[in-house]
Amino acid sequence: MRERVQTVVWFQAAGCTGCSISLMNAAYPSIINLLLDEVVPGEKIVLRFHATLMGPTGQPALTVLERIPAEKAGDYVLVVEGAIPAGGFGAVGEIPMEERFRTLTDGATAVIAMGTCASYGGIPAAFPNPTAAKGVANSLSTVGVGVPVVNVPGCPPHPRWFVETLTHLLLYGPPRPEELDAVGRLKVVYPSLIHENCPRRADFDVGRFAKGFGEIGCLYELGCKGPYTEANCPYHQWNSGVNWCIKAGHPCIGCCEPEFPDFPAPLFRKANAQEAISSFRRAK
Amino acid sequence: MRTVTIDPITRIEGHLRVEIKVEDGEIVRARSSGALFRGIEIILLGRYPLDAQRITTRICGVCPLAHATASSFSLDMALGIAEKIPENGRLLRNLIFGAHFLHNHILHFYHLALPDFVDPRGSPLEGLLAPGGEVHDRRFSPEENRKLLSHYVEALNMRQKAHELVALFGGKMPHDMSIVPGGVTYRPTPGDVAAYRFRLQELKLFIENAYVPDVLLLAQRYRDYFQMGRVGTLLSYGGFPEEAGRGLDKRLLPAGFYRNGKAEPLDIQEVREGVDRSWYEGEEAHPLLGETRPAPDKEEAYSWVKAPRYRGEPCEVGPAARMVLVLIRGAPSVKFRVQDFLREAGVEPEALSSAMGRHLARAVETVILLEALEHWLSQLDPSGPVAVPFKIPEVAEGEGLAEAPRGGVGHWIRIESGRIARYQVISPTTWNASPRDGRGEPGPLEKALEGTKVSGDGLLEAGRIVRSFDPCLACAVQ
Repeated sequence: MRERVQTVVWFQAAGCTGCSISLMNAAYPSIINLLLDEVVPGEKIVLRFHATLMGPTGQPALTVLERIPAEKAGDYVLVVEGAIPAGGFGAVGEIPMEERFRTLTDGATAVIAMGTCASYGGIPAAFPNPTAAKGVANSLSTVGVGVPVVNVPGCPPHPRWFVETLTHLLLYGPPRPEELDAVGRLKVVYPSLIHENCPRRADFDVGRFAKGFGEIGCLYELGCKGPYTEANCPYHQWNSGVNWCIKAGHPCIGCCEPEFPDFPAPLFRKANAQEAISSFRRAK
Repeated sequence: MRTVTIDPITRIEGHLRVEIKVEDGEIVRARSSGALFRGIEIILLGRYPLDAQRITTRICGVCPLAHATASSFSLDMALGIAEKIPENGRLLRNLIFGAHFLHNHILHFYHLALPDFVDPRGSPLEGLLAPGGEVHDRRFSPEENRKLLSHYVEALNMRQKAHELVALFGGKMPHDMSIVPGGVTYRPTPGDVAAYRFRLQELKLFIENAYVPDVLLLAQRYRDYFQMGRVGTLLSYGGFPEEAGRGLDKRLLPAGFYRNGKAEPLDIQEVREGVDRSWYEGEEAHPLLGETRPAPDKEEAYSWVKAPRYRGEPCEVGPAARMVLVLIRGAPSVKFRVQDFLREAGVEPEALSSAMGRHLARAVETVILLEALEHWLSQLDPSGPVAVPFKIPEVAEGEGLAEAPRGGVGHWIRIESGRIARYQVISPTTWNASPRDGRGEPGPLEKALEGTKVSGDGLLEAGRIVRSFDPCLACAVQ
């Protein structure tokens, strides 16, 4: 089979490296497939820049980053991890992250916003947003850059969500508008509410609610955000399927929603009906 | 004299910039700067106290457990339930956090540190690890080199298994979920215990047959690095409670302060955090009174990292500090482990706080934890409670001290009107990568670099020394 090679640049801004570490838990393809051979047979990626894994350091590493937009113009996918903070709060190689990020988008065919911070601002953009941090699409729209952006939110995203999105780009190109939902994610990757497929749903239906941690029952009263969160966690579970938040007795905290972590209700307080409606922005 | 700026320092967590001045083949001055500020301590203000351990977990995707644990400890104290954590809750917290140490130490050695020593040329890893085709000071035989590169790949699977180990009781990784104030949220089934035991066995085989021998081989080939990157003033908060409650003395890895061959008990009231050379306004203060007021234009500052000090001294935290304190204050069973290891490597305890000693300390700590995890697992009672109920008080204060893979992590919370009124975090890398303080004393990382003999521009030696600390900048600056 003929092999195609896709250059990928992974840029970290105001984040915590959790998205990178999560991707290292990918199963099929595994991180070894992603790094060393093929994502899907016939499609290889070359990770030209990833600060957590790459060999070079300092100026030699920076040179790789700085040459990409010209050398590989129109031929690389940019992955952004972390939000984009305002000028003085974050720098890479003594140049503000905001500026580095804009330069990198110039030659990219598409941008994958990896994680809730890159997608919507996430943790650093939580109230009162001390660093005026923005998600990728928001940051680009203010300067009118037209490169396609696909969001892969989650704190962190399940490795599978990234692999599905990358595979879409490699095999089918940038998604068409109808393939994305209202908040810029591939619909097939974020298909339905956690609540709709929750293994504790039967408890909810009969009104059996846990009142404290470690108790049996639906976690709604403990503040579960499953009813407002679209993700396929109940299907795939986490870490090779060994567990996930709700199975572990912890309410969903809605980590892949644009409002995370500033829901109208605190993470552990049950939302009242009004808050629930206003928080669920796509008002189904 | 020439100044070399290393930015970004790759193969660490986060955004670190190190500037070294090299004169006659020696680093005469070093400055370490954290290059990113997010303001999570500010974001926490006014929120419900319980949100703290979910939001602070997100300080770091490499060691979220550190913050989940320290935050839960601080809330346990604030809610008045520190002594009431059920035995299962204590054990499960240890099993979740301890498994994470296995993940961290394997990842750090193979994927972050080892690329400074192996020669990837001609292997499938060349494109990632030596894209320019240039490497220096490689000392392994071709056969050793091949073996280490194959372990690099195998370790990718092993660290994934270690994450599965964390997730079995912890919910998911990164950003574990089940450690909460009061205990944990998950009740493991006997099947989970079996699955945990099974993975632990697989990891044990890798650790005993690959990781430990590989670290000893590295130590043998690069013995000169035991003389480099030394600090010597060490501090530990104590890791892994052996009894519920907040007694730092009842922990598997002992707490203490070490200097000049002597260890003394830790007095946490002696911790102060200063901001003289950091981009903040404010005065030196104990973290319970500390604040975070960013000042990105502050002239004399050069880092977003604050400068914590113990009795005015910059201290190294992390595996070297823990293992030195184990030797002096640890239980006999763990102490013998470290003594055996030092004998096998042929070095003195003082050599642990060095560029090579830190790798050694991590390896022996991994072995100690393997045994501890097996022990804690055998004590679990699947039918017992995992958490204790609580009420959020109107006014309270709490302090949570734990040992993360990189060193001591502390969370301090003040609750007023049932909301977070003050929240301060001092992470391991805040200690290690701190800038100079008001007295001009360099931080531990700066001290480790200064005086180092280097070849060429110093990039190689500085990189190896910096990485020996396993820096995490997202933790150092929240």
